[in-house]
Amino acid sequence: MSRHRSTASGYVRPMAGWWRRNPYFLRYMAREGSALALTAYALVLLAGLACLAQGEAAYERWRALLTTPLSIVLHLLALALVAYHALTWFQVMPKTAPRLPFAPGLITAAGLAASAALSLLLVAWLAWGVQ
Amino acid sequence: MKRSNEPVFWALFGAGGMLSALIGPVLIFVTGVALPLGWLLPWPAWDHARMLALAQQPLAKLALLALISLFLFHGCHRLLHSLHDLGVHAGRTAAIAFYGFATVATLITAVLLLRIGF
Repeated sequence: MSRHRSTASGYVRPMAGWWRRNPYFLRYMAREGSALALTAYALVLLAGLACLAQGEAAYERWRALLTTPLSIVLHLLALALVAYHALTWFQVMPKTAPRLPFAPGLITAAGLAASAALSLLLVAWLAWGVQ
Repeated sequence: MKRSNEPVFWALFGAGGMLSALIGPVLIFVTGVALPLGWLLPWPAWDHARMLALAQQPLAKLALLALISLFLFHGCHRLLHSLHDLGVHAGRTAAIAFYGFATVATLITAVLLLRIGF
């Protein structure tokens, strides 16, 4: 037996709900929650690929599932979480750089601008470029 | 000193974080909201024949593999480290489970992409 055994008879400070007590922790957990959304979305894509490989009937079932209201709502939720992840990702970026010869906010702005430009490009290409 | 495997997983986490920060929201919007609601593209424009033809392009295969794999490695890395914040201290077993899951899913994606043909 270790002589460094705690005398506090094993009291462990309860952890349940700690992140709901402070808006800072709440934002932290929202960002961590984006990982769940991103993982789920990757699995939706993987399922779509598996259905595509299996044949037309399976692929149409996957497509039909995407049109259900529940799927749309879950995708909107995932969209909000992953957009929040994108914001925090570019906000953290300048903090990982050693010393910058310009304002750190420029990196954040450039990252968000790149994301917005790529998004607009993809949507515009789908709407007008694909026939 | 034993070499750590952390840099490998951190690099995959970083790559997935960057890719999802740049195009994650728009991809979810397009495939999860816009296309199912009939926006942007008419329904037949993304039917089985067209998507199969797209998935047979080598560049599209590379893009799909990168998307699915890096999103999963990013997500699993974050979920693994969130376990600690939720009071679950699973240690090595959890690491093997989470990274193993992402690895297996990556392999399945690669096999599917090869089986679809060129």
